[in-house]
Amino acid sequence: MKNLNIKFIALFLAGTAIIGCDDEFDNAIEDGGVYTSGEADFSKFVTLGNSLTAGFADNALYLSGQLNSYPNIIAGQMQFAGGGEFNQPLVNDNTGGLLAGGVQIRPNRLVLASDGNGTPAGPVVLDATPTTDITNKVTGPLNNFGVPGARVFHLAAPGYGALAGVATGTANPYYARFSSSESSTVIDDAIAANGTFFTLWIGNNDILGYATSGGLGVDNNELNNIDPAAQGDNSITNNNVFARVYQQLVDGLTANGAKGALVNIPDVTSIPFFTTVPSQALSPVDPNFGPQIPLLNQVYGGLNQIFAAFGQPDRQISFSTSAASGLVVRDNDLVDLSQNPSFVGALVPLVQGIGDSFNLTLNTAQATGLAQILAPQFGQIRQATPSDLITFTAATLLGENNQQLLGTLTDAQVPVELARALTANGITFPLGDEFVLDDDEQDRITAAQTAYNATIEAIAIANDLAYVDVRTELSRVATSGISYNGGVLTSTYASGGAFSLDGVHPTARGYAFTANTIIDAINAQYDSTLPKVDIGAYDSIQLSDSAQ
Amino acid sequence: MNKLKVFVVLCLISTFAYAGGYRVSTQSNTQLAMGHTGVAVVNNADILFFNPAGIVHLENKLNISAGGFGVFSDVKYQNEEFGTSFETESEVSTPIYLYATYKVSEDFAVGLGIYTPYGSNVTWPTDWAGSHLVNEIDLSAIFIQPTLSYQLFDSVSIGGGPILAIGAVTFNRNASRTLTDEEGVRSNIEIEDSGITAWGWSAGLMFTPDDRFSLGFNYRSLIDIESTEGTATFSNFPNSSLTGIDVDENGSATAGFNATLPLPAELTVGMSYKWDKLLLAFDYNRTLWSEYNSLDLEFSNGATSINPRNYKDASTWRLGAQYEFTEKLTVRGGYYFDESPVQSGFFAPETPRNDSNNYTFGLSYKVNSKLSIDTSFLFVQFKEINESYDFFFDTGATTPAPFAGTYKSSAFIGGLGITYSM
Repeated sequence: MKNLNIKFIALFLAGTAIIGCDDEFDNAIEDGGVYTSGEADFSKFVTLGNSLTAGFADNALYLSGQLNSYPNIIAGQMQFAGGGEFNQPLVNDNTGGLLAGGVQIRPNRLVLASDGNGTPAGPVVLDATPTTDITNKVTGPLNNFGVPGARVFHLAAPGYGALAGVATGTANPYYARFSSSESSTVIDDAIAANGTFFTLWIGNNDILGYATSGGLGVDNNELNNIDPAAQGDNSITNNNVFARVYQQLVDGLTANGAKGALVNIPDVTSIPFFTTVPSQALSPVDPNFGPQIPLLNQVYGGLNQIFAAFGQPDRQISFSTSAASGLVVRDNDLVDLSQNPSFVGALVPLVQGIGDSFNLTLNTAQATGLAQILAPQFGQIRQATPSDLITFTAATLLGENNQQLLGTLTDAQVPVELARALTANGITFPLGDEFVLDDDEQDRITAAQTAYNATIEAIAIANDLAYVDVRTELSRVATSGISYNGGVLTSTYASGGAFSLDGVHPTARGYAFTANTIIDAINAQYDSTLPKVDIGAYDSIQLSDSAQ
Repeated sequence: MNKLKVFVVLCLISTFAYAGGYRVSTQSNTQLAMGHTGVAVVNNADILFFNPAGIVHLENKLNISAGGFGVFSDVKYQNEEFGTSFETESEVSTPIYLYATYKVSEDFAVGLGIYTPYGSNVTWPTDWAGSHLVNEIDLSAIFIQPTLSYQLFDSVSIGGGPILAIGAVTFNRNASRTLTDEEGVRSNIEIEDSGITAWGWSAGLMFTPDDRFSLGFNYRSLIDIESTEGTATFSNFPNSSLTGIDVDENGSATAGFNATLPLPAELTVGMSYKWDKLLLAFDYNRTLWSEYNSLDLEFSNGATSINPRNYKDASTWRLGAQYEFTEKLTVRGGYYFDESPVQSGFFAPETPRNDSNNYTFGLSYKVNSKLSIDTSFLFVQFKEINESYDFFFDTGATTPAPFAGTYKSSAFIGGLGITYSM
C-alpha cells in the first residue's frame, strides 16, 4: 500500500511538472521561424552609399547615429531571417567630428540648445573633444560602405580613400578611415565583402551640393560634361555619367549573384534645409519690420524707377502692409546694373533722399561716395518669389546687419543709424545668391533627379532588384506627415522628428522610417517577411546646452 | 480501485501562490499546498492570517509556525510586428511568515503574526523596449498583526487585530522612450523609499456547527502606503533646460517625491468539511483592487508622473484537499483560479498579470508529536495574452504611444516551513 501511494504521488508530481513547465510562446520569435527570407539570402548584407548609408546626422558622423543607420536597423531585422553580423566603420564617440593627425578637420555634431528657461534657442555645435582620428585605420571586415559626401562617381574613383589625399582635397576623410589601400575604390572594397544581399543609395549629393550652395556650381548636363573625373564641386552630375557609373556599381554588386535593393533620390523640397526659411518672410505684423515699411517703399519706389530707366522694369521691389512680402535677394542670373557706369549717378538723388529721411543733408560729393558703395548692393537684386527656396543657412542672418558693409559704411563716416538701416540682411542688404535656389536652379535639379531616378528604376527592373521609392515616402513626410505609434513624423525643423539639426540628414527616427520603407520594398520584391521597426522608439534630436 | 485513484489524481491536476496585481499568496506552507484556502481550516497557527477567529480553536496551548518560500517568476514579452522579444531577469523573491498563538483559556486566545502578503519583483533587461514604463520594480511590505480571538458561543468565534504595515519600494524606469544624455545613455528615473509605516486591521468570524463543518469569514482592511520621504534620482539627463530637470555636470539630480500605493482590502469567505482523514476546503477571495486608480508621482522639483492603472476588483476561487495518508504523512493538493485586476488597455509590464490557473500540492511530515515539517509547491499558469498599455505619452505629445505585445508569464513557488505545538 505504501509503495502504491508513492506511485500516485509520482504521477501527481509528473502531471503538475508538465503543466508547470509550459512557459513558452506558441510562436516564439526567439526560436526563429516567425520571419522568412523568401527568395532572398540575407546571410551577408552589404550596403553602399553616401552619408545617408553611413548614418550621418546633425552635420557629423557620430556613434549613435551609426548604430541607428538604416543599414544597421535593416541588418538587425534581417537577423530574424538568416541575417549575419553587420560591421560598420564605427567612430569612437558621440561627439562626431574628425581628427587628422590630432588636428580637427570636421566639426562636432549639432545639438539643440535652449535659452536656459525651457525654450528652444536653436542648433549649436556640441562642446566636446573629438577622438576619432582618420589616421587610425579601421581594421576587420566591414558590411557598411557608406561614405559621407560621396557622389556616384566617387564610389568608383581610385584614391578616394587615400590618407595622403585628404589634406589636398582629392580624397574623402571618412573613406580614408577604412579604405583597403591608398588606391582602392569604394565599390571594389564593397564587392570584396562578397555580400549575398545589398542596398545601394547613391546620387543624392550629385544634386544636393548644387542645391545647398544655392546653385553656385555648374549643371554638367547643360555643359554636356561627361568626364566623371571633372564634374566639379557644388555641381549637378551629368545624367550620362550618373547612368554609366551607377550601372557599373550594380554590375559589380550583382556579379556574384547577390540580390538587393536600389533606393531612389528624394526631392530637395522634402528636406527642412529648403523649407524652414520662407521666401516670403517679411511680415507687416513683425514689430521689427512693419513700422519700416513706408520708408522702405519710398526708397525702393525710387530704385524701381531707376531699374525701369535702365531697362529692367520687372525688378519691382515693394512691401505689403497687409501680407508677408518676399525677401530682397541677389540673383547672379540678373544683369548687374552696377557694371553700368551711369548707375552710380542715377543713385545719387536716391541716396540724398535716404539721407533726408534720416535728417542728414548730403552734398553731391557725399551722396556720390555713398552711391558708389551702395551700387554693387543694389545692382543685381530682386524680391524673392514664393517659389524661391531659401536655404536654412540664411535663418540666422535675416534682419541682422551685414557686418562687412556696416564696417565699410562706418569707415566712410556714415552715421551709425543710417549705416544700420542700409545693411539689414534680406531687407536693405540682399541675401546672397548662395542662399537662394531660384526657379531655374530648381528646374535643373529636378531634371537631373528625374533622370537619375529613371536610371535607378530601369536598372532595378533589368536586374530583378527591389526599387525603393523613398522619394514618394519622404514627400509624404514633408506634406501630410506620417502617423506612428505616439505621434506624427514630419519634416518640420527640429520638432518634426524626421530630420536632424543640419536640416538635410534624417534623425535616427527618420532613418528608422527609411529602413521601414526599404524593408517594405524588399519584402514585396522577394516575398520575405522581415518585420519593420517601431519608429517611435528611435530618438530624434539631442537636447544640450553644452555649446562650443 | 487503482484506476479510480488515478482518475482522481488526474482530476486534481486538471482542475487543481501568486495572485493578481502585486498580491502574493504565500502566507502558509500547509495552506498553500491546499490552494491557499484556509479561512475555515484549523490546522495550525497559520489560521491567524487566514481567519483570526480561528486561533481559539487550536487544541494546543502554544502553537508556532514559521516558513518561507522561493518565488521563481518569469515573464516573456514579444512583439511580432517589430520582432522584439525580451524576458525578465527577476531575482528570486523570498516571502516569509511567522505565527505564534497562545491559548489563555478555553475560550480566549492571543497571537502574533508577521507575514508578507504584498510584493513584486520584476526586473526587465535595462533599456528594453518597455523601459519607459519600467526597468525594475521591487515592492515589499511586512505586516505585523497582534491578534485576539474569543469563543463567543459554542459554535461561533470571533477574532481580529491591528496591522502595522512596513513598506519599501524601488522603482526604476527610463525618462521616456528616447531621451538620452549627450553620450547617448538613456535618461533614467529611480525612486526609492523604505520604512514606510501604515496601519490597518483584520477581523474574522468562524462558525462551527459540528465537528466536521466550518464556515469562515475574514476581512483585511485597505492599507495605503504613502511615500513622502523617499528619494528620486534622475540620472543621465542632458544638460538642457528643455527637459525641466536641472542636473549637475554628470547629468544627475535628486528630488523628493510623493506617491501612494494602496494595499487593497481583501474579503474572504470559505468553508471546510472534514470526513475522517480527508478534509476539503473552499475559499472565495474578493480583493478590492479598484482602489488602485493611478500611480501618481509628484516630484519636489515640479515634475510629475501620472500613470493610470484603473484596476478592478478581482476574485479568486480556491479549492483544497488534505489527506492523512499515515499518522506521520499528510498529503495536500489544491487549485485556484486567480482573476487579474488589470483591465484591457492598462496592461503595464510592471505587473504583467493576467488570469491564471494555479496548481498546488505539498506534504507534511510529523517528526514527533510536537514538530512537523511542511512543504508546498505552486505552479502558476498564465495564458499567453496580447495586451497593451495605452496611457503613455511622449513628452509634449497629444497622441498616446501604446506599448503592446504578447506576454507569457510563469511562476513556480516552493516553500518550506515548520509547525510546533505544545
